[in-house]
Amino acid sequence: MGAIITLSLLAILVLYLGLYNAKGALLPVTIAGLLLALGFEISLWNTDATPLYNGMVLFDHLALSFSSLCIIVTILIVLLSKEYFKAISDNVAEYYSLILFSVTGALLVCSYHNFAMLFIGIEIMSVALYILVGIRKRDLVSNEASLKYFIMGAFSTGFLLFGITLMYGATVTFDLEGLKQYVIANPQGISPLFYAGILLILVGLCFKIGAAPFHFWTPDVYEGAPILITSYMSTVVKVASFAGFLRLFSTVLVPLNDFWTPVLLTICIITLFVGNISALMQSSFKRMLAYSSIAHAGYMLFAIVSLGADSASGIFTYATAYSLASVTAFGILIIVKRKVGSEQFESFNGLAKTNPLLALLLTIAMLSLAGIPLTAGFIGKFMMFNAVMQDYHIILLVLAAINAVVGVFYYLRVVVNMYFRTQEENSKVLIPLNYQLVFFIAAALTLLIGVYPDFLIQLN
Amino acid sequence: MGTIVEQIQGIPLNHYLIFCSVIFAIGVIGVLIRRNVIIIMMSIELMLNSVNLLLAAFSAYHGDASGQVFVFFIMALAAAEVAVGLAIVIMVYRNTKSIDIDSLNKLRW
Repeated sequence: MGAIITLSLLAILVLYLGLYNAKGALLPVTIAGLLLALGFEISLWNTDATPLYNGMVLFDHLALSFSSLCIIVTILIVLLSKEYFKAISDNVAEYYSLILFSVTGALLVCSYHNFAMLFIGIEIMSVALYILVGIRKRDLVSNEASLKYFIMGAFSTGFLLFGITLMYGATVTFDLEGLKQYVIANPQGISPLFYAGILLILVGLCFKIGAAPFHFWTPDVYEGAPILITSYMSTVVKVASFAGFLRLFSTVLVPLNDFWTPVLLTICIITLFVGNISALMQSSFKRMLAYSSIAHAGYMLFAIVSLGADSASGIFTYATAYSLASVTAFGILIIVKRKVGSEQFESFNGLAKTNPLLALLLTIAMLSLAGIPLTAGFIGKFMMFNAVMQDYHIILLVLAAINAVVGVFYYLRVVVNMYFRTQEENSKVLIPLNYQLVFFIAAALTLLIGVYPDFLIQLN
Repeated sequence: MGTIVEQIQGIPLNHYLIFCSVIFAIGVIGVLIRRNVIIIMMSIELMLNSVNLLLAAFSAYHGDASGQVFVFFIMALAAAEVAVGLAIVIMVYRNTKSIDIDSLNKLRW
């Protein structure tokens, strides 16, 4: 709880700093506050997890590990934001403040123990993001992305709420523990309302994680938003939504897996194919990453399809690998776009000649996203495939393997562009110090997890 | 208070369920087929308010207050959401002079 309170107060403090024109202090204060929140999360690690505040929140290892991941990724993204927001507008404090509010919501989604908290968390997380996506007020593309995101977000919240209501009608409680007792106590006589509730909640959550067939807003919103906000949306929001997804299914719905496994299996397969095949056909690097994030949501759903003791650590490892690689990829895209002015694959041409280091870092990130051994992405994919194999979903495994091969193809396309194509204009890009720091942290962690994954897997 | 609960219970629960589902469906269809952003937002409100009504009905039938408390959460957050949404609509209107969702086609679907 300390982390959530710290971040809420920090966001207001940052607003005041902006009001009193202390622009130099914004970034250090934000990062110090995030580190403090991270400290609170870590300090709770060895305490007994009991539901707090009348069963509203629960800080077990699932909540703490996913919350910490959200905070760490936010720190990396905030580090990239130096100089970035200034180019958009004069009022920089609001961006930091909105990002912090959004992280607060993400932490609530990670640690909810009552549907009220899930709903409030999702809303806090999303409402701040609606503004951030449309932060370029004069830019029509940003406007469009913001409006689409708002309409789809509110629409999906409606489904989520209707599902919660139907579950409440069947069980007369919003508490996860109470719902679990209901499911265990009535193995035969579960109300049809409850089943309808599961389906509607599934629809609402699939909108949030961007799984097909509820993914259609994702590419547009990711493409239209400023790159830094896209990287935030595709990492922190996705990680938090998956934590919420996993908590609901692993706490309450495990006994009913005969009912929802076929549904989720179908969603999973459609997501994989839609994400990968559409990513294959993109000419814009940013849009390719948007579709690849849909595909990654499909892989992460594996752990929920074959729910077991390892699911939490599987999703956590996968999400860590994916977040680190995405932050690097989007960060490098910011630099390249600043130089070339375009987000197409061609703008990466000849990067290996002018900036060998940058090309190497992006290659590591792409290999990790593609799931090549010795990177974190491989460990994540391995754990997902392993979980599915133990549950004998052979068809899913075969289809996933085909998709993984397709994935390698489009991730390596940008590597080919960097190393084997040339560009006339050969000026070196200067990489600011903060970008270098973030890229090195992300690359080092990617390789470290890839070589020695045990410390991460044992967390959950 | 007792009389209100009795009045709510005077109608069978299934009727509330069907009524709210129909309103919810109207909201969903409205979001999907209408092109005017304001009407889309009204449809979303329709969805949320059908949920509110159903929660209140369940709450009265089961004699459990938490459902009604949840209604307040939904109302407060829906208001916050709509405030941001209207701001976005105004921003779009200033740039395009239109609130038709088809006027926004810079991004491929």
